[in-house]
Amino acid sequence: MSKAIQNILDHYPAAVFRNRKEHILEKGGDKKEITANTRTVPGIITSRGCCYAGCKGVVLGPLQDVCVIVHGPVGCSYYAWGTRRNKAKGRNGKNFVQYCFTTDMQESDIVFGGVKKLAQAIDEAVELFHPPAVMIASTCPVGLIGDDIHAVAAAAEKKHGINVTAFSCEGYKGVSQSGGHHIANNGLITKVIGKGDMKVEEGKFRINILGEYNIGGDGWEIGRILKKIGYEIISVMTGDGAYEELINAHAANLNVVQCHRSINYIGEMMHTKYGADWLKINFIGVDHTIKSLRDMAKYFNDPSLTARTEEVIAQEVEEVQEDIEKYRKILNGKKAVLYVGGSRAHHYQNLLKSLGVTTVMAGYEFAHRDDYEGREVIPSIKEDADSKNIQELKIAPDPEKFKMRLSKEEYEKLSKEIPLNYYAGMIKDMPDGSIVIDDLNHIETEEFIKMLKVDILFSGIKDKFVAQKSGVLSRQLHSYDYGGPYAGFRGAVNFARDVSMGITTPTWGYTTPPWRKEPAITAEFAVAAGGAK
Amino acid sequence: MLELTPNEYKERKALRINPAKTCQPVGAMYAALGIYECMPHSHGSQGCCSYHRTFLTRHFKDPVMATTSSFTEGSSVFGGGSNLKTAVKNIFEIYKPRVIAVHTTCLSETIGDDIPTIIGQLENVPEGKYVIHTNTPSYVGSHITGYSNMVKSMVKYFSKNTGVSNGKICVIPGFVNPGDMREIKRILKQMGVPFIMFPDTSGVLDSPMTGKFEMYPKGGATVEEMQDAGNSSCVLGLGETAVSAAARLLGKQCKIKEHILGLPIGIEATDDFILKLTEITGKPVPEEIEEERGQLVDIMIDAHPYYDKKTAAIYGDPDTVLGLAEFCFSLGMIPKFLITGTPDPSFEIKGKELFDKFGAKDGFVKHSADLFELHQRLKSDKVDLLIGGTHGKQIARAENIPFLRMGFPILDRYVHPYMPMVGYRGAMRILELLLNVLMDKREADAADEDFELVM
Repeated sequence: MSKAIQNILDHYPAAVFRNRKEHILEKGGDKKEITANTRTVPGIITSRGCCYAGCKGVVLGPLQDVCVIVHGPVGCSYYAWGTRRNKAKGRNGKNFVQYCFTTDMQESDIVFGGVKKLAQAIDEAVELFHPPAVMIASTCPVGLIGDDIHAVAAAAEKKHGINVTAFSCEGYKGVSQSGGHHIANNGLITKVIGKGDMKVEEGKFRINILGEYNIGGDGWEIGRILKKIGYEIISVMTGDGAYEELINAHAANLNVVQCHRSINYIGEMMHTKYGADWLKINFIGVDHTIKSLRDMAKYFNDPSLTARTEEVIAQEVEEVQEDIEKYRKILNGKKAVLYVGGSRAHHYQNLLKSLGVTTVMAGYEFAHRDDYEGREVIPSIKEDADSKNIQELKIAPDPEKFKMRLSKEEYEKLSKEIPLNYYAGMIKDMPDGSIVIDDLNHIETEEFIKMLKVDILFSGIKDKFVAQKSGVLSRQLHSYDYGGPYAGFRGAVNFARDVSMGITTPTWGYTTPPWRKEPAITAEFAVAAGGAK
Repeated sequence: MLELTPNEYKERKALRINPAKTCQPVGAMYAALGIYECMPHSHGSQGCCSYHRTFLTRHFKDPVMATTSSFTEGSSVFGGGSNLKTAVKNIFEIYKPRVIAVHTTCLSETIGDDIPTIIGQLENVPEGKYVIHTNTPSYVGSHITGYSNMVKSMVKYFSKNTGVSNGKICVIPGFVNPGDMREIKRILKQMGVPFIMFPDTSGVLDSPMTGKFEMYPKGGATVEEMQDAGNSSCVLGLGETAVSAAARLLGKQCKIKEHILGLPIGIEATDDFILKLTEITGKPVPEEIEEERGQLVDIMIDAHPYYDKKTAAIYGDPDTVLGLAEFCFSLGMIPKFLITGTPDPSFEIKGKELFDKFGAKDGFVKHSADLFELHQRLKSDKVDLLIGGTHGKQIARAENIPFLRMGFPILDRYVHPYMPMVGYRGAMRILELLLNVLMDKREADAADEDFELVM
């Protein structure tokens, strides 16, 4: 164990020590396996959220044409209202993203049950808004008092003739947001995806973008590039996504996956159910955007698409090269820590490297071992009581809609070249000696920043001001500090500019007042004790 | 913007849309941060604590430290006692606070965790350190109720009358920014009134940049101050909805006189506050305070052409909305809509009293209301100014109404937590911001030939 890690762990009582040491490793060291997706020790200042946050906040919330009603007391819906920057334009005249819906449960609802109120809330929503779909997300007390939200949904669906889907994503389920992603994925695959009439057509470059939430407009920037090349995007899950588009997702020829953790279940389930392959891409950073575009072209293996891909890459790179070089001069040699949800801590490492910034430590908030070590470890991941509580669906091929996209030979050849239905995880891309840490908490953040002499902490709002109070720049990688987009070619420039701004701002220079820097000057005239009046 | 909102208001019985309140625990967490060396602790799922810290950080732009019991499905079935015990042990060992202030959540309330019993069973509370608690079921009241409950618990756990008066008055501020708490203290010092104030988030959530992160910044009321509060000559609660319960409890528990006022927002409420201080202490009003008041009135008279008879809609927390409404009336404005999400029937009574006092005939006041309803009402009865926290910005944009951010939460602007809205200086600040939005609007709408240099 490295000295830095040992020093941090020394802050802990024995039980916490034993727990936390399994979540930290040094790349290239003896310890190869990281513990992830297990309970946080009570009392630890963790950044993790809950199952509801993963289900409603992350996956369902961005769907623009869905009225998502949060069944519970007011807070959970309120906190997820307009706070995640999942931008949406409202294509079909329905944009629910600006709104917050909740049953605002009161004490009597907890005592006598909330199903009547929920049913009525759905009636009121349908009457007011005529949405194409209603989704219900439950919060902690709902599961405890036993409200059958699925029965309410089924009855409402019959009554109103629209899709009404319930998600039992009570906050206490699982150990983080991760359980909520899975629950949302299960609901979407069962009740939404595949309900449309679109047919799979060979020779079309039809894709779904999975795990892209359009934070700061990332999805739009990715979409711009892909459309320029000639791709047809059937649906995005779920940033600026729409129910009306998700129902036809089964007709895509390929699923590309940006955030592996939050959506890999749908990628896998669609593979089994409809035969569509998924490809792990990463549109963060110029190099990885280029690689992702080339991998996609390889999948479709069409000469004109390949040529167009190279043409667009050349154009886009030309456009940004000079700027990237300019910012590289400012950032070269800096050290960073990345602590984000389930993919960005990996995705941004390459972009930072291209700007001359070394990632000395990286960790995920709610990842599983495969996000760190690669999907090959999945068979060896031990299930525990918390993960068993999240349902694993048994998926069978759809009798009408299943269609293999590639021949067996093509598939085998391609999987050797591109990450087809595979994610290699974060650790392989990290240099030896860097630290990998799961569920990074407050004291570890504070101490590692000091010990590793970090210049920039990329994390979230809860850590941001802790770092900045100690004189270290912190940029939010959940919300991009209200800037962006950061994806794609132009996004890389936005990112580089924003980070450079944080380094070069003259404001840091005023932290120490001049009278604490200079030796005390001799008084020109002395003021009598007690001060002049 | 908000295109889906129909023009006509129709009563809803079950669906809350765009709430004007949030849940109790976040208010309790905020109050607990007003104790020096205190770790607020959320007894529930991790998500609650994470959301509350995020939400408060977005308002204050400062670190908000708090811990959680990290409930799992198992703890939800078998009770959260062992989680709380583990948490307390770890918190004292790792983060070393003087006080752990536990608040509950809808989860721990629904399963019925008995916090006092669990606290009674704790074995590892170090000497001179404390674990206090309050019950904050999210399905009752709002964040204001949570603030009220945590402040009440501070009294319950700490305040004692030892029989020796300390000659101070105990001031309990309502749900306001650190900038306001700082201003209340400045006024008390100006008046020469010895005081104890709690909670006090100044110096905690408006802490300075020093180059060093402090887990427990210098601000906050100490345990000794909260204990000694029981020896005060009297207690003065500022904010009827937020702190009258705590002030009454302190009065009853320590047998001292209670005084309860609204938040000192605007000229009349600040006059009441100053008068009350002179009434309690017998001290004259110092010249500096009279000068500040005179400056305020001077500005009010000078600028009246820009706000006279302008109509306003105000939403937010009960004490804040009522204070802002009264100030608007004193300016000659017409606050037509007063809305709070907090369930509080007395808000409607006090709102109607204000309308009567200032002869406003068609004023609309409603508690347990939401911003969706306010928006619908504004569509048919447009106002000149919208006042409230950030969540009204969409309405302001949709209806092209000038928007004054005031109250809680303000998630999309900076500096506000440092600045007061209370006292005469606070009223001047409100007035400056209010005039800026109204005059910016007039200029934005003006034709070139009407765009004037001097206003």
